[in-house]
Amino acid sequence: MSDAVLPAIERPRAQPMGESGLVKGLLIGTALLFLTAFLFLPLITVFLEGFRKGADVFFDSFSDPDTMAAVKLTLLVAAIAVPFNALVGIAASWAIAKFNFAGKNLLLTLIDLPFSISPVISGLVYVLLFSAHGWLGPWLIANDIEIIFAVPGIVLATVFVTFPFVARELIPLMQSQGTSEEEAALTLGASGFHTFLRVTLPNIKWALLYGVLLCNARAMGEFGAVSVVSGHIRGLTNTMPLHIEILYNEYNFVAAFAVATLLAGLALLTLVAKSFLEWRYAGELAASHRH
Amino acid sequence: MAQLVLPRLREPSVIPGFGVALGFAVTALSLIVLIPLAALVLRAASIGPAEFWNIASDARTLAALRLSFGAAFIAALVNAVFGLLLAWVLVRYEFPGRRIVDAMVDLPFALPTAVAGIALAAIYAPNGIIGSIAGYFGLKIAFTPLGVTFALIFIGLPFVVRTVQPILEEVERDIEEAAALLGASRLRTVFQVILPHVYPALLTGFALAFARGVGEYGSVIFIAGNIPMVSEIAPLLIVIKLEEFDYGGATVIATVMLAISFAMLFLINKLQAWSRRRLGNV
Amino acid sequence: MLIPSRRKLTLGAAALALALSFGPALADKTLLNVSYDPTREFYKEFNEAFAADWKAKKGEVVTINQSHGGSGKQARAVIDGLDADVVTLALAGDIDQIANKTDKLPKDWASKLPHNSAPYTSTIVFLVRKGNPKGIKDWGDLAKEGVAVITPNPKTSGGARWNYLAAWAWAEKAFGGDETKVKQYIADLYRNVPVLDTGARGSTTTFAQRGIGDVFISWENEAFLVQKEFGADNFDIIVPSLSIKAEPPVAVVEGVAKAKGNEEVAKAYLEFLYSPAGQKLAAKHFFRPVDEAAADPADLARFPKLELVSIDTDFGGWAAAQKKHFADGGVFDEIYRPTN
Repeated sequence: MSDAVLPAIERPRAQPMGESGLVKGLLIGTALLFLTAFLFLPLITVFLEGFRKGADVFFDSFSDPDTMAAVKLTLLVAAIAVPFNALVGIAASWAIAKFNFAGKNLLLTLIDLPFSISPVISGLVYVLLFSAHGWLGPWLIANDIEIIFAVPGIVLATVFVTFPFVARELIPLMQSQGTSEEEAALTLGASGFHTFLRVTLPNIKWALLYGVLLCNARAMGEFGAVSVVSGHIRGLTNTMPLHIEILYNEYNFVAAFAVATLLAGLALLTLVAKSFLEWRYAGELAASHRH
Repeated sequence: MAQLVLPRLREPSVIPGFGVALGFAVTALSLIVLIPLAALVLRAASIGPAEFWNIASDARTLAALRLSFGAAFIAALVNAVFGLLLAWVLVRYEFPGRRIVDAMVDLPFALPTAVAGIALAAIYAPNGIIGSIAGYFGLKIAFTPLGVTFALIFIGLPFVVRTVQPILEEVERDIEEAAALLGASRLRTVFQVILPHVYPALLTGFALAFARGVGEYGSVIFIAGNIPMVSEIAPLLIVIKLEEFDYGGATVIATVMLAISFAMLFLINKLQAWSRRRLGNV
Repeated sequence: MLIPSRRKLTLGAAALALALSFGPALADKTLLNVSYDPTREFYKEFNEAFAADWKAKKGEVVTINQSHGGSGKQARAVIDGLDADVVTLALAGDIDQIANKTDKLPKDWASKLPHNSAPYTSTIVFLVRKGNPKGIKDWGDLAKEGVAVITPNPKTSGGARWNYLAAWAWAEKAFGGDETKVKQYIADLYRNVPVLDTGARGSTTTFAQRGIGDVFISWENEAFLVQKEFGADNFDIIVPSLSIKAEPPVAVVEGVAKAKGNEEVAKAYLEFLYSPAGQKLAAKHFFRPVDEAAADPADLARFPKLELVSIDTDFGGWAAAQKKHFADGGVFDEIYRPTN
């Protein structure tokens, strides 16, 4: 799993040995054709549909208060889920990378678990726990606490789905960095927290940022899990992906794709930021993947 | 992920914060992931083994599981081939727009699945750009199992490229040169010298794409057709069972999928350990 | 962001509490109407009319939040705790489920309002491509080879259940009650369905936007809406010889409305559906009003006269129909059983 999201490593390129220009062109052509069918066309479609009726209609889509509510809810959910998962990721990778203890491999596998679980199941488990007929449902109702069909449920489902993202970026890097620098700082009398702040954090900041970026993109774009726990109340519990579905179902295709372009734009921005990080800090990131 | 020798409970270390860090991580993991999953398994178990088996072995359930796993498997295979090709092209060749292409490979990670689903359905539907061309040759893509596979190819592509890419970068050029000097044909060099180094990573990428594809929902429902026994994926069946107030049925299918997911993760970790052993400490 | 005033105090982890605490009360009263798919446009306009009426009568601002989706899915959400003050679903069976599985609704909810609590009715018609190239005239044509039929999944969509039952009623009449033949007809019909969406809206999009299928079995109101949205020159509506009287019912979810102090406004909201203003709006949005006198004659003229069967007299009510046709192992499941 550690290699789930690897950046390209920039380095001077030797001339390829062997392949003739024809073979080379053929291979590049095939690869690009494949990419066009599966990546470029979907992306272009989103933007074309969004602007189908002109830029005015496109921008008008965002004046709808329900759309703005969906954007705000999505930002709110990401603002809670991403820092939380970043903290958990740092804590988990600190424990896993800097110490040897029994059950470490099990912990690693369990952290990975949400990655391979269907998003639908991620939503379902919270329904089973918190819905009116769930295990905690009666108690929640008795105490007037809302989780499912409200913001907390959406946050929980999002945290679940994006749980491994930061941890999986940090663990291999921190393992490869070992503990010698921290040990040196501690020997010189620095406090534990100080050591983390001044020694560890600078070493992992780019991988951390990278993990946060991917975590954020997924948190904002999650559909399946959130759909199960949302209740789909216009202007209240619809995140952007859910609002897109609603707009689409209201024959408001332009608005649906306009909101989708926001998310696609976010995806592109994430990719640009990621490429920039890789370009700027190629060495450090490359180190993170030689574990 | 270094190879670990399990000590008694924890090896002594001067580094502080073990208790806090592990405590926080495990607490969060338990509250967010483990306890809810336990609730799922318990709920499924509470309906009794006979009924569990009835639901799990129902023809429609089996057909949905077969489609989810089958389509994910084929999509992962396609991704293994084209992902390897793509990684090769990106690592070895210089061409205009290479950097853009390289960045774009991650798009499926970042693009919301529902948006991807709608866009893919628009392209591969009989009146879409590619759908109409395929239709000309009598091939239907959207709203068939093939459509499911196509959506999963989209979802899984980056996993293969991103696992294979760094390994390809690290294949020693000397070995290649040596092989060439010893008179091996280019084809032979590629298949017998270079690719064997890549296979473990390729296998990992394949397994990751497979694992991700099995559970995928958002992008698939728009393009699947959702016909019972034909183009109905297992996560959709869970949703349908939920909407029929059949929580027992939903949890049983979810538990079966969960068990398979867990087994696959275990396999992936084994594969990674194996590939690390084969390649030394890469 | 329109976060309604909640009497409920939402607790939980500090971060989660924070999530709900912002947003002051913008409305004196907030109702949640949980509805099914094709009512979106109608309730959008109706909600404004009701809010204005309520303001005029009581001087109180009421905001109505809407949730739309497949009828079964919406009922499930209410059962699981979605705080709906009123439900306006596609069929009585789904509201029955809420009454059976929770104590939020009395079992006799249907008797609380006139006409079995159905303020408007609809029926099932066919939508075909312009000029009707496949020559579809009646239910029998849908089971013919080479005809692609679009209809949603009856397991999840209320409208799809009406579609199915209308087809069944026609076949029962056509085959003189020979159930083997009726089942064969239904099986043939569903074999012609290339995409089985989970909700009526999904099917509409498949047919109208994606261009899949030759005929779309649709709510009458949805068929008119498609003509309006996608252009009348693209589609024709075909009225079959026989169809079903679809009664989408409404009910106050008393348990929830009482707890939120919304009992009065929720009741008034549903009663407003029966008022001349409400009936007029229903007719405008292609629902057949129960009080025809209130509707615009031009709107009424759009509804064709046709023979309609009823769920209660012809199928013995929803409970019986659900059990026989749509429950696990019912007739609908048989259709997709592999035939060895």
